[in-house]
Amino acid sequence: MSTDKIITPKLIVRDLNFYYGTERALKDISFTIPEKMVTAFIGPSGCGKSTMLRTFNRMYELYPKQKATGEIFLDGENILDKKQDLNTLRAKIGMVFQKPTPFPMSIYENIAFGAKLYENLSRHDMDERVEWALRKAALWTEVKDKLKQSGTSLSGGQQQRLCIARAIAVKPKILLLDEPTSALDPISTAHIEKLIDELKAEFTIVIVTHNMQQAARVSDCTAYIYMGELIEFGETRTIFTNPKRKATEDYITGRFG
Amino acid sequence: MKRHNLLDILFRNVTRLSAFIVLMLLLAILISLVIGSMPSIKTFGLKFLASPNWDPVSGDFGALVPVIGTLATSAIALLIAIPVSFGIALFLTEMSPPWLRRPLGVAIELLAGIPSIIYGMWGLFVFAPFFADHIQPWLIQKLGPLPIFGPLFQGIPMGIGMLTAGIILAIMVIPFIASVMRDVFEVVPTLLKESAYGLGSTTWEVVWHVVLPYTKIGVAGGIMLGLGRALGETMAVTFVIGNAHQLSTSLLMPGNSISSALANEFNEAVGELYTSALVELGLILFLITFIILSLARYMLHVLTKREGVVA
Repeated sequence: MSTDKIITPKLIVRDLNFYYGTERALKDISFTIPEKMVTAFIGPSGCGKSTMLRTFNRMYELYPKQKATGEIFLDGENILDKKQDLNTLRAKIGMVFQKPTPFPMSIYENIAFGAKLYENLSRHDMDERVEWALRKAALWTEVKDKLKQSGTSLSGGQQQRLCIARAIAVKPKILLLDEPTSALDPISTAHIEKLIDELKAEFTIVIVTHNMQQAARVSDCTAYIYMGELIEFGETRTIFTNPKRKATEDYITGRFG
Repeated sequence: MKRHNLLDILFRNVTRLSAFIVLMLLLAILISLVIGSMPSIKTFGLKFLASPNWDPVSGDFGALVPVIGTLATSAIALLIAIPVSFGIALFLTEMSPPWLRRPLGVAIELLAGIPSIIYGMWGLFVFAPFFADHIQPWLIQKLGPLPIFGPLFQGIPMGIGMLTAGIILAIMVIPFIASVMRDVFEVVPTLLKESAYGLGSTTWEVVWHVVLPYTKIGVAGGIMLGLGRALGETMAVTFVIGNAHQLSTSLLMPGNSISSALANEFNEAVGELYTSALVELGLILFLITFIILSLARYMLHVLTKREGVVA
């Protein structure tokens, strides 16, 4: 975290508990995600890091028997409130998944998809929006001559950047990345990491990763989660060089996990 | 080592033979249909297709009435069955509570297992009277006077007729189309759907813009399966279509379809020309099915191209 940056809280999590049926997957979690920074969730598989990410856009609501209790404030508004409209919430929170998921339509349509749902843009404005999103995702020069081609015709790394472009085209307040490079080769991974670094100037980013080096490279803050509990949360630099808790140190140094 | 090679060669030839037998059978059926219809083709030529006459006494035959009957009943069946099946598949995969999924899915598959003669009997004894008493009068009164579509719904409420046949066919093909649609909807990757939900889409938007385009080949296949069945269905249609060789603009009037004309008339067909005319009807049904299925494939190809897979 650069010291000259003013830290504003973006997402405040308070006493968050999550249940798969009767199984408690997240236990009394409280912390604050700062605005326009990258926050990484690390921890061994099944520790609850993806589950936590999925509470931020209430993706879990698609499935019966999953529920979250507690409070999550996005710009002061409790998104776990029953009255919160799910579609508007999800439009405000972009998400990119473990594997690229281009829609079965053209590159242009892929990007315009989300923007079309909530904004009534003219043809010209939409063209500009698509170009803007593709430039932000560092994909514009590669696809500008083939916007009419299918999104599935791109390579894996390009597809993932397409998904990032699609997510930011709706101008979300937060960008959730769920292991975005786990299906990619090292070069594409480097592309995405560079992109994350550029995007944080405009977006608040939360990234789940099982790759500790990646967390160390891209994030400003890190949360170490183990067995549904938040073991430690703080500046990435501190977590990786001088963790307060022994459990964190064991995981970071590879003695466990 | 050598023995293995021999077995492998044997195996390869057996599989090849099986594949070729299918092709040869297809060809043999086509050839025997053409030979069987030669007398009729020689006598009537292309006029056979355009003539509404069917007079065994004077030996004047034409295929127009049964061809229209087959096409119209199948079209009605698809018009009803496609949206209903889509709704069923959608409910089963996206909205139904999990405990309801299996029983509903099994019920639909059972519906596909009912023999067609039972649909025919049910259509004639239960559905047709109900249709004549409660629905047809309303159709005639409300839709009959309309311009353009009106003539399709004029006449007297008899219960049987082309519309009834189309509806029975729809009920028969729904299980086929619905179960194929459900199967292909189920294989849509969860992440793909979540990506669309993640952008703030409603269930409808996810299904219409993502699930349906992703599965369009499977969905088209299911519809073709249903259409194939509707075009060739004999027993159920014979019961309810009315079996009248008369041309009528109204869907409420009795008509005839190719397969029910064949089923009804083959054992009473006397004389070479009568039999030959019936065989030619069979040949036409064969060609109609072939043409429609080819068109569907072509359409799918164009759609895929437009989507941009082939740049």
